[in-house]
Amino acid sequence: MIEVKNISKVYGGKKVVEDVTLNIPKGKITSFIGPNGAGKSTLLAMISRLTSADQGEVIIDGKSIKDWKSKDLARKISILKQSNHISLRLTVRDLVSFGRFPYSQGKLTKEDWEQVDEAIRYMDLEEMQHKYLDQLSGGQCQRAYIAMTIAQNTEYILLDEPLNNLDMKHSVQIMKVLRDLVDELGKTVILVVHDINFASCYSDHIVGMKNGKLARQGSTDKIIDSEALKQIYDMDIPIQEINGNRISVYFA
Amino acid sequence: MKLNLKLKISMLAAAVLALIAVFMLIKLGTNLEYILPRRFKKVLAIVLTGGAIAYSTMIFQTITNNRILTPSIIGLDSLYMLIQTVVVFVFGSMGIANANVKVNFVITLGIMMLFVIALYRFMFRREGRNLYFLLLVGLVLGTLFGSMSTFMQVLIDPSEFLIVQDKMFASFNNINTDLLTLACIILALTGLYASRFTKYLDVLALGREQAVNLGVPYDYVVKRLLIVSAILISVATALVGPITFLGLLVANVAHQFLRTYQHKYLIVGSMLISMVALLGGQLIVERVFTFSTTLSVIINFVGGAYFLYLLLKETKL
Repeated sequence: MIEVKNISKVYGGKKVVEDVTLNIPKGKITSFIGPNGAGKSTLLAMISRLTSADQGEVIIDGKSIKDWKSKDLARKISILKQSNHISLRLTVRDLVSFGRFPYSQGKLTKEDWEQVDEAIRYMDLEEMQHKYLDQLSGGQCQRAYIAMTIAQNTEYILLDEPLNNLDMKHSVQIMKVLRDLVDELGKTVILVVHDINFASCYSDHIVGMKNGKLARQGSTDKIIDSEALKQIYDMDIPIQEINGNRISVYFA
Repeated sequence: MKLNLKLKISMLAAAVLALIAVFMLIKLGTNLEYILPRRFKKVLAIVLTGGAIAYSTMIFQTITNNRILTPSIIGLDSLYMLIQTVVVFVFGSMGIANANVKVNFVITLGIMMLFVIALYRFMFRREGRNLYFLLLVGLVLGTLFGSMSTFMQVLIDPSEFLIVQDKMFASFNNINTDLLTLACIILALTGLYASRFTKYLDVLALGREQAVNLGVPYDYVVKRLLIVSAILISVATALVGPITFLGLLVANVAHQFLRTYQHKYLIVGSMLISMVALLGGQLIVERVFTFSTTLSVIINFVGGAYFLYLLLKETKL
């Protein structure tokens, strides 16, 4: 379990995340939602140690992230940020093989390559595994990065806006993969997502942020609720049930 | 792919060996005992400097994720010139600090190392300082050193200035044997220390966030690699003079030629290319121009032309 305790972050005098305390349940998909600038990405970055917290601490499986060795933590938790610009000449397969670095320190064994192959298969990238990253479309690139995260084979998978710049088809495809990772492989997925309908359809648990503070958290059906969403977004959002999914109609 | 890379590396190694052979044996004459040791010293100096500069630049470019930077951006070249100018300005060209190459080497190397350590101390004292901020501070200091040198060079006697001017260009003539041994030891120790971190370089090239994600102790590794890079450059510069531009050239040629992301090949490849460039350049200086020009001029000319070509051809570096 990931426990976040009284965590805060200040950038240039402005409190971006302020005194957030929450527990993230294991074996579930947890979505962070909220308006722009609510501190979702910063919170995710602090949980994944990319950014250090000014106050408070993050505890992963009973141990503060400060006490974890970087190498060991890399086998426990992985993070994928929204912008991944690389100037290197890498093929998809090369990129995915980097996911094994925490285990092999660069010298991949046969078992490592098996995991790489499996991750490539899981993301349906077999046909393009020898293509260079700069030859791929945004959606294919994103899938390659997720395959790398799968090859890293961590218990916790953190994703910062994985649906950014993706069309409907690819967004659905990626959310389905995340769902499978949780249901089939028992992973814990935490993601920042802007489209609350994706959060509603695919996640088990939702954390709503607003102005750097925790606004609401709870199971999906509790948060996808006009009153709760009003508190998070300051908007009247009617909810309709369509085919068993709670859909927010916020367009007009 | 792998075989291909190994083949390319072997070709480069063969080229280096061939050039060394030409260098040692061309127009040998009769006075072997005099000529051979002198030539061997030159070759050794070229191989050491070439290797050090290539290695250092490769590390530096990977850490900064930027292929148009060289370690000279933190002002080491300018500092070298400033030290040389101050030494002549204060003690005169006949003073021990200038005339005695060993004293000069130790002073230069010492000050350069102190500068680097002070810069990093200052930079990393507070957490969260950006790597690019360090480069900016280095750049500004480099400019400051440059203008201070120019100021003093204008004031000194013209004949003294000629002595300083001589130091502005890298030269492999008249290299002191004791210095070579010392440089050899420092470079070997630094290289050995750095080899612990080479496995991280491929991952560091993915950028800070991916490196942290994949379990690289980022700040620890980057700080040490920066210092390693600065030591290598300082030794090379104190030994033969400012020549860091070469690094930019060979690192980019290595990327173009090897077309891989794996640093174990890139580093070896760039070191070999660097040696080829220096040996070839020195041969041209000695045999074609009969010492009427300096190696730096040739390297800078070829390098500058190549760099323009790169900028025009490739929109992304």
